[in-house]
Amino acid sequence: MNFLQQALTYLGTSANWWGPSGIAARIGEHLQYTAAAVFFSALIAIPLGLYIGHTGRATWLVAAVNALRALPTLGILLLGVLLWGLGLVPPTIALMLLGIPPLLAGSYAGVANVDPVVVDAARAMGMTERQVLLRAEIPGALPLIVGGLRTATLQVVATATIAAYASLGGLGRYLIDGIKVRQFYLALVGALLVTALALLLDAALVLAARLSRPAGYDAPGSSPTVDG
Amino acid sequence: MRYLLTHLDTAWLLAQIHLRLSLVPLLIGLAIAVPLGGYVQRRPTLRRVTTVTASIMFTIPSLALFVVLPLIIPTRILDEANVMVALTLYTVALLVRAVPEALDAVPAETLDAATAIGYRRRARMVKVQLPLALPVLIASIRVVAVTNISMVAVGSVIGIGGLGTWFTEGYQADKSSQIIAGIIAIFVLAIAVDTAIMLGGRLATPWRRAT
Amino acid sequence: MITFDHVTKKYDDGTVAVDDLSLQVPEGTLTVFVGPSGCGKTTSMRMINRMIDPSAGIVSVDGRDIAAVDPVALRLGIGYVLQNAGLLPHLKVIDNVATVPVLKGQSRRSARQSAYQVLERVGLDPKLAKRYPAQLSGGQRQRVGVARALAADPPILLMDEPFSAVDPVVREELQAEMLRLQSELHKTIVFVTHDIDEAIRLGDKVAVFGRGGRLQQYAAPQQLLSNPANDFVAGFIGADRGYRRLQFLDGTGLPLRDIRTVAESAIDALELGAGQWALVTKPDGSPYAWINADGVGLHRRGKSVYDSAIAGGSLYPPGGTLRLALDAALSSPSGLGVAVDEHRQVIGGISADDVLAMINGRKGT
Repeated sequence: MNFLQQALTYLGTSANWWGPSGIAARIGEHLQYTAAAVFFSALIAIPLGLYIGHTGRATWLVAAVNALRALPTLGILLLGVLLWGLGLVPPTIALMLLGIPPLLAGSYAGVANVDPVVVDAARAMGMTERQVLLRAEIPGALPLIVGGLRTATLQVVATATIAAYASLGGLGRYLIDGIKVRQFYLALVGALLVTALALLLDAALVLAARLSRPAGYDAPGSSPTVDG
Repeated sequence: MRYLLTHLDTAWLLAQIHLRLSLVPLLIGLAIAVPLGGYVQRRPTLRRVTTVTASIMFTIPSLALFVVLPLIIPTRILDEANVMVALTLYTVALLVRAVPEALDAVPAETLDAATAIGYRRRARMVKVQLPLALPVLIASIRVVAVTNISMVAVGSVIGIGGLGTWFTEGYQADKSSQIIAGIIAIFVLAIAVDTAIMLGGRLATPWRRAT
Repeated sequence: MITFDHVTKKYDDGTVAVDDLSLQVPEGTLTVFVGPSGCGKTTSMRMINRMIDPSAGIVSVDGRDIAAVDPVALRLGIGYVLQNAGLLPHLKVIDNVATVPVLKGQSRRSARQSAYQVLERVGLDPKLAKRYPAQLSGGQRQRVGVARALAADPPILLMDEPFSAVDPVVREELQAEMLRLQSELHKTIVFVTHDIDEAIRLGDKVAVFGRGGRLQQYAAPQQLLSNPANDFVAGFIGADRGYRRLQFLDGTGLPLRDIRTVAESAIDALELGAGQWALVTKPDGSPYAWINADGVGLHRRGKSVYDSAIAGGSLYPPGGTLRLALDAALSSPSGLGVAVDEHRQVIGGISADDVLAMINGRKGT
């Protein structure tokens, strides 16, 4: 139990917060890895998911991409570092393998589950395909898309801790170093920080999900379900 | 690739550890989550409480949980029991939301018919609602299984066993072939488990195949 | 026997689904609850097997107040057929039918054996027994639903719009089956429908419900047609109830007029005056179509029978009702309805005047 007290003391000491390897810096690095991975994942997965959902073509891709979840992130990361050296690229790519499946699944499901009658009416009104997508499908799909974003972010934030194993920064530093030098209170500091960060990000995204829900629309799946 | 083939016996041993660490929690978690989920399905306030608690639980990063748990239960970080308890908590957290949703998906009309012809409440749940909820639930179980497998793999950075050790060893020894072997092994393992569950689900739901 | 004694069902928000209902369903009869949507007919029926409990009043079965009976035991003794059959999708057809006997404690094997017999009774091919409901057509599913309700041989059967979800042709078959079954089994049946013609066709007695859950009239179908209790019932029955009443009048004794028949091969030799018609018959003697002088002319010039003659109207079968007789006469291009015997041979013609004369002669009956 004195681990907890030690950890809290560590967190309470302002000197530990600042400086190039302080808590604030580590949080910043962690957020950086997370943001990069999620951003690029979204860049690829959302348009792809929207396209597949809208046209109904290549639905096999969704199942195939889901298989990506079976690839071990740590392995990809470490392999990347061995092959391409240290830097931001290996962890970003490894984390994108985690971020793309839920974003793709969410975007695809979001568009595919929009009431076909609504889409049909939009087309009949004279909208172009792009307008149908933008005005009829995406607004209805938003809760599921944001749900996918939420799942992706959560998983990436949690797994970005492994970047520290490859001599990179981030909150994993505390976890891994703490265990290595057997100063367990440091590991606890890392655990507490990364949990707090995850909870904060999740809360922010829940808010975003709620705001994105069109009035009168109760879309299930806007929270990370198991297959979100 | 070659590494894998020359180290098949080690691979098999590690795989057994890996499977034990991932799947035992799955089974225990199911045994807890199904009755719990069934219980809260019709009780909205309890359901909300469990859902929120589960969400928070699920948000805690796995590595963090492996580290924090020994403070609460009498284990050490690297104990198998520690890992299994942590993963059981995750399994329950995920499924305690998925189970009520799967039960909700059974059409009300079918349940009404079952009551009207004379099923009692418990018999109806066990013999009608659960079987019909199974297909939806299987999808969730598959994701939990694969997630558990990757969490065990990630755990190797703090020393947890299983096939993930090939990553850490290979990295330290600068052997990319070992890492690649580990990737393939875990990938195959995850796909195999996922397929096995899916096939098991199909076997248990013969009425879905018939159309 | 089922009794409703001042039964009312009121919901928390104030809606009155059933308003002070009192009626008795005699044992062994088929009673139809009919009315527009929201009139309380289904709610009333569902109070019999305690799927809904009354807010006031007593529902009794065979003299016992069912509020004192264990609902599950009650339901196991009452057959229930729903609109979309309500079959359990994960059970094979045979197991669906065997559900209630198994629930009551019978072994699965013996329950299945009896289930095969019930399937046959409702007119289903035993080959369907091992299939799943999803593999059956709508009409077949409905029959399975009826079989399931009959499997434990309950004295009472509740049927909630069982034939509404199938197409008219299938519905007609199922109704005929229903009548046949009831003539064999003599169950006490409460049947809910919104279709007044179905009610009139099937019911020994019909209960008409109005908006707000009030019973408007409870009588035999003929009574309903000849003496509707109020404007609502009259309106609900519809405009041609006089005509529909004819289905209850037997046509025995209707005079048969002579019909001039002609075989297809002899058409060209026919000499018809203005307004005269002949009935073209098929080689087996059954009626085909009517032909007049213009048609003969067309035929002589080379047109086929199909193009020269006009298709006949409905046929008047042996033992038919006055309704069928009148329809045969009215639907015939020649003005004469065609009466046939059991082998579809033409035996004579029906004139609308004769039917009306018979109706007038029977006035006061």
